[in-house]
Amino acid sequence: MGPFLETLFGGLMVGMLYSLIALGFVLIYKASGVFNFAQGAMVLFAALAMARFAEWIPKYTGLNNKFIDNAIAFVLAALLMVVVAWLIQKLVLGRLVNQDGITLLMATLGITYFLEGSGQALFGNDIYKIDIGMPKDPVFILEKTFQGGLLINKEDLYAAVIAAALVALLALFFQKTATGRALRAVADDHQAAQSIGIPLDRIWVIVWSVAGVVALVAGVIWGSKLGVQFSLSLVALKALPVVILGGLTSIPGAIIGGLLIGVGEKLSEIYLGPHLGGGIEIWFAYVLALAFLLVRPQGLFGEKIIDRV
Amino acid sequence: MNAAAAGVTSTDAAVAATHPAGTTAAAAQPAAEAVRSSRRTGDVVLDVRNISLSFGGVKALTDISFDVREHEIRAIIGPNGAGKSSMLNCINGVYQPQHGSISLRGKTFRHMNSRQVAEMGVARTFQNLALFKGMSVLDNIMTGRNLKMRTNLLQQAIRWGAAEREETAQRRVVEGIIDFLEIQAYRKTPVGKMPYGLQKRVDLGRALAMEPQVLLLDEPMAGMNVEEKQDMSRFILDVNDEFGTTIVLIEHDMSVVMDISDRVVVLDYGKKIGDGTPDEVRASPEVISAYLGTSH
Amino acid sequence: MLYRENGQFKTSYRADQQIFPILQDRVAIGLLLLVAFVAVPLVADEYLLRAILIPFLILSLAALGLNILVGYCGQISLGTGAFMAVGAYAAYNFMVRIDGMPLIVALLLGGLTSTIVGVLFGIPSLRIKGLYLAVATLAAQFFADWAFLRVPFFTNNSSSGSVSVASLSVAGIHIETPVSRYLFCLTIVCVFALLAKNLVRGHIGREWMAMRDMDVAAAVIGIRPVYAKLTAFAVSSFIVGVAGALWGFVYLGSWEPAAFSIDRSFQLLFMVIIGGLGSIMGSFFGAGFIVLLPLFLNSVPRWLGIPISVVTASHLEFMIFGALIVFFLIVEPHGLARLWSTGKEKLRLWPFPH
Repeated sequence: MGPFLETLFGGLMVGMLYSLIALGFVLIYKASGVFNFAQGAMVLFAALAMARFAEWIPKYTGLNNKFIDNAIAFVLAALLMVVVAWLIQKLVLGRLVNQDGITLLMATLGITYFLEGSGQALFGNDIYKIDIGMPKDPVFILEKTFQGGLLINKEDLYAAVIAAALVALLALFFQKTATGRALRAVADDHQAAQSIGIPLDRIWVIVWSVAGVVALVAGVIWGSKLGVQFSLSLVALKALPVVILGGLTSIPGAIIGGLLIGVGEKLSEIYLGPHLGGGIEIWFAYVLALAFLLVRPQGLFGEKIIDRV
Repeated sequence: MNAAAAGVTSTDAAVAATHPAGTTAAAAQPAAEAVRSSRRTGDVVLDVRNISLSFGGVKALTDISFDVREHEIRAIIGPNGAGKSSMLNCINGVYQPQHGSISLRGKTFRHMNSRQVAEMGVARTFQNLALFKGMSVLDNIMTGRNLKMRTNLLQQAIRWGAAEREETAQRRVVEGIIDFLEIQAYRKTPVGKMPYGLQKRVDLGRALAMEPQVLLLDEPMAGMNVEEKQDMSRFILDVNDEFGTTIVLIEHDMSVVMDISDRVVVLDYGKKIGDGTPDEVRASPEVISAYLGTSH
Repeated sequence: MLYRENGQFKTSYRADQQIFPILQDRVAIGLLLLVAFVAVPLVADEYLLRAILIPFLILSLAALGLNILVGYCGQISLGTGAFMAVGAYAAYNFMVRIDGMPLIVALLLGGLTSTIVGVLFGIPSLRIKGLYLAVATLAAQFFADWAFLRVPFFTNNSSSGSVSVASLSVAGIHIETPVSRYLFCLTIVCVFALLAKNLVRGHIGREWMAMRDMDVAAAVIGIRPVYAKLTAFAVSSFIVGVAGALWGFVYLGSWEPAAFSIDRSFQLLFMVIIGGLGSIMGSFFGAGFIVLLPLFLNSVPRWLGIPISVVTASHLEFMIFGALIVFFLIVEPHGLARLWSTGKEKLRLWPFPH
């Protein structure tokens, strides 16, 4: 029972990270109908920026307080993501306004490659560390119930708390602020929102910026755990099955989908993997998504897609 | 497009007589009546019985029944939102009604898909022109011949022999339709680049390419000026005369409807409020109150 | 002045329907084939053949296959690498396990296996489209990555995880030298291009395009969506499978699953987008562009005197690819092929402006 629960927790933690990335997808899709293939690349770009800024700031300004360095680096990285969002809107999305889904998808594919290339050109392509003071030591819980207790990574726990806080913040933003209301209006019906004077261009810049900051948080958490490297964007691709499972238009779906996939992956690897030769983590999420697509394409919480003539 | 010049090229002299240059449809009415009475309308070919259709909570059609006789031109009219397009979509298999049935030449169905209906000889045009924008006029109309194409993948890949002969034979048929619709100059033009009125002709051409026995036309004159409407009316009458095609037509222009149709069904809010000859329908008090006059 | 259709009247539908109706085009293609089959083998050096022309030909073939699916039928696929892998590994297994298997038959059987897998993964396309379908094809890609690595049967129980093919020969003629490999690929590519062009201008091609442009209307005309989509997947996978087998057998010689990874899938998709969706010729343009760009990026800075490291060059490659994709999607969604035909239109009028 013990090992099972440990695997479960481990899966939940990984799932939380997937959810963070998936959150960015859902935000953008809800507001603009664009499926942002580049979300993973945004995570990588943001993480690289954060890592390097945190390195460069003490080098060039002599500020050696880790907390201040990281804080400034975070702010700078967030600003950079806003600039990226603005550029994407201006140069790409603004010019592809009435195109169909495939075209937009391929455009975000192009953005992916551009971000990956420019990120590495600007910030370098080694493995970089992000050190935001996360505790690296594990902790044992429930020592009374299970022999020796369950091994939980403190870092993962902190990450989960941060992620939950982020989701709560976003929920507040959407429900309570005027901008949040405008975003929800745009997500519901572009034309109606436009007709009451909501400036679509500005809204989309805001949405992509928010998605960019979410990507930054995801990148920081993940980078702190695994180090920032190119393969991050590939792992981030996993968020695609997450949104399929959860539903493209649902924020709670992104969370639950992420957790399900994280747990499913870990459990299937431990229990199913040995029978199939191991290493099934690379496709489990996708095949699960495929199964969902055949049975329930809108996912667990998404809206049903109706094709009208 | 000058109606007089076009009248000369038309093969049907009787129809040419009904559309002398510059007259309005109303003035051509007596001549049109003469033409219509010469057309024999046959037995019931399409029988719609008690069709009800709803989307979620919205009732689009409630208990609609009417019939269509072979070789006739049957118009479906009604204010916007009356359910006319939905009715056509039911006949043609795009929507599945919750209640009722439709009989086509004696075969009854409620749940048939579009392809089966197409195979049974029903073709249609669309209100919003569902043309294949990436293809030329010629290719669009050629797609209408699809049901007649028999060569398999391997034969088409080799092309030389059976597939080439089939392409050429079907091309010949399609060129006949292109001649009929007078769009020869545009045959290689991508459809997306053509003016709206001509696109509607291509839509009609694609439907005609299926050699249908029943032709469903969804607002074929929408967005056209008077001359274009005269041309389209002429084409519709020609199709009915030359090929004997039964035509079910949704249209808003009252003068067109009164002029070319044999019988009319009137819908309002998904219910049938009139059914009969144009004169009967025009005089019916329910129809008058639903419409409060004609529309142009 | 040179490129006029004056005097070229078609008196039969058959003449009007041919692949190259304009005489000058026919002459140009004839010359191109002459150069390709005769001149190149005589003059080209080994590097040109091995490193540029052979990969160009094979990738053009794969891009052609993908173009049929994405460009003509409008079904997105991000799993092309997987289908290449299926073709390569299937052909390998047929070759190695059955004595005396002729090379061409092995290649075709590889293609057929890829067809079966392709149709299987095409079944989701009957219910879902767009990005959903993209994710389904990703499932194929990652599953194939895993299967060819972990399932020993596919690699004939190879201990190293990679497979290799011995000397190749067709009907007794050995295909070892770069020239013979080049001619072998060239012949196969030409044959397949012709067959593909015929399919695309036949009624199945129109069905595919109808599904792409407006699938609801297509059903009303009597097109069967299931047949159209699945044949698109089938034909596309067949061509991609054969290309994959060629890639492994003729170009690489020995390979691992990484040769057919998701990067390959993206690369092929880029070729199709940049070259021109829905154009046979475009597939060649796109492949040529993508094969030549890295070489270009490596050489040009050197000529200009600004040497850049290989690493920077590869970053630049990524950036340029990404930027070009976006550029083409905005400015000319029909890619280089449309630019080419627009250029020819202008040439028809030259020296007059309009």
